Amino acid sequence: MNGAWDVALRLVVVFVVFLTFPLIVGQTEHKVMAHMQGRLGPMYAGGFHGWAQLIADGVKFAQKEDVVPAGADRRVFQLAPAVALLPYLLVLLAIPIGPSEGAVGQVLDAGVFFVLAVMGVGVLGSLMAGWASANKFSLLGGLRTAAQLLAYELPMLLAAASVAMAAGTVSLPGIVHAFHWWWLPWQIVGAIVFFVAGLAELQRPPFDMPVADSEIIFGAYTEYTGLRFALFLLAEYAGIVVLCGLTTVLFLGGWHGPWGHDGLGWLWTLLKTAILAFLVIWLRVTYPRLREDQLQKLSWTLLVPLSLAQIALTGIVKVVIS
Amino acid sequence: MTLAAATVTASGTPGFLSPTGVEIAFLLVGLVTLGAALITVTTRQLVHAALWLVVALGGLAVEYLLLTAEFIAWVQVLIYVGSVVVLLLFGLMLTRAPIGRSPDADSGNRWAALTVAVAAAVALVWVVVDAFRTTWIDLGGPAAGTTEVTGASLFRHWVLPFEALSVLLLAALVGAIVLSRKAKADAGPAVPGKEGVR
Repeated sequence: MNGAWDVALRLVVVFVVFLTFPLIVGQTEHKVMAHMQGRLGPMYAGGFHGWAQLIADGVKFAQKEDVVPAGADRRVFQLAPAVALLPYLLVLLAIPIGPSEGAVGQVLDAGVFFVLAVMGVGVLGSLMAGWASANKFSLLGGLRTAAQLLAYELPMLLAAASVAMAAGTVSLPGIVHAFHWWWLPWQIVGAIVFFVAGLAELQRPPFDMPVADSEIIFGAYTEYTGLRFALFLLAEYAGIVVLCGLTTVLFLGGWHGPWGHDGLGWLWTLLKTAILAFLVIWLRVTYPRLREDQLQKLSWTLLVPLSLAQIALTGIVKVVIS
Repeated sequence: MTLAAATVTASGTPGFLSPTGVEIAFLLVGLVTLGAALITVTTRQLVHAALWLVVALGGLAVEYLLLTAEFIAWVQVLIYVGSVVVLLLFGLMLTRAPIGRSPDADSGNRWAALTVAVAAAVALVWVVVDAFRTTWIDLGGPAAGTTEVTGASLFRHWVLPFEALSVLLLAALVGAIVLSRKAKADAGPAVPGKEGVR
């Protein structure tokens, strides 16, 4: 009975995190973007600096009519948002935020493989949406999504493999336990490759060619309205939380910090994740969108060689110090 | 291979008549996988076939999980669901992926295909049943399919076949590159403005 309660409690906590953190990132994005662009952002909803804007948005989305285009493949069209969103919920289960047993939803033996595998499944949602909408812009968006995934999955995997080699384990808590501060300069190239490839997989600017609004409306999500559209947006922000959390755990040492080791490690994890999320927003405001050929070129001619070089470096250092 | 090493030979002889929860789950997931695979090859809607393939491959991953082979399960999801099916969908969308039935999505070779499929299935089932006839996985003991066990067995006992397979895959890769470059050289001048794109 105790075990069942424990599992239920963990699931509830992960679910609450899944529902709140993406909204916090979204609200931060509103505000940070506004201030970087010299404007105020949402100021009215809720009274204090528009804190309730996203709740208002949610109510608006829930009120909208749920339209399925006449020519669409109904079932695939309706299933796609769930396929896009659920993988991120599963990934959140495996990300540890603190050193103790209770600070991770579920300890997995092959955690790195689990998170990367399940994150890749999320992209199937965009592909299904793009195909089932019966709209040429959606299909183009789906095609670009697939091309982008194929290009950026490889460097992301190689970068994660490098840090798994360094730690000698593929379990996420195991990797953080093995972390030392000098891993930071050692794995810095892998960290950058992982983060950039992750951004591309989430289709965040400057890698938002699949949803480029000035040429293909909104890519695979063009035909979506109401709650289903909101679910796709939620998937994007949940993806930011997952990517930042994973980069923190794999490359930035998770709960390790200069001080506060006893019981406050989870604060370090959250702080690092928040800083990375800020970076994601910052990049969106700063950089123009990459063209499709530039996107592919960046991955195949820069990120893949860099990640291979990182693996070689990791192997050499590992042999030297052991 | 790892399975045989880490399983216990039946001394307490678990029976077939009182199945445990895991065995029932294994059977049900197996039925779902088989059903999805059958729909994959019989449906007339091309993209639906690819999506049912996702269900079949995912079901297979769940079966691996139930056999405690966690590492293999996640690799299955990563490679097949995450990459191969995405590549398949990409190819379909790039060429043609009509919504609704495509009447020409059928082949006169279906009896030959069925024969090959049944023969392959019989051979595989026979080999597996013959090899693992009385071995049972001890679910209470240390997991038999962890990354560590898989890695050790792959790189200690089976390193030569592993390397031979790598060379085979490399040869296939080089072959694919050679073929694609040759095709491009034939149709070279037919693509004007290629350099201007860069």
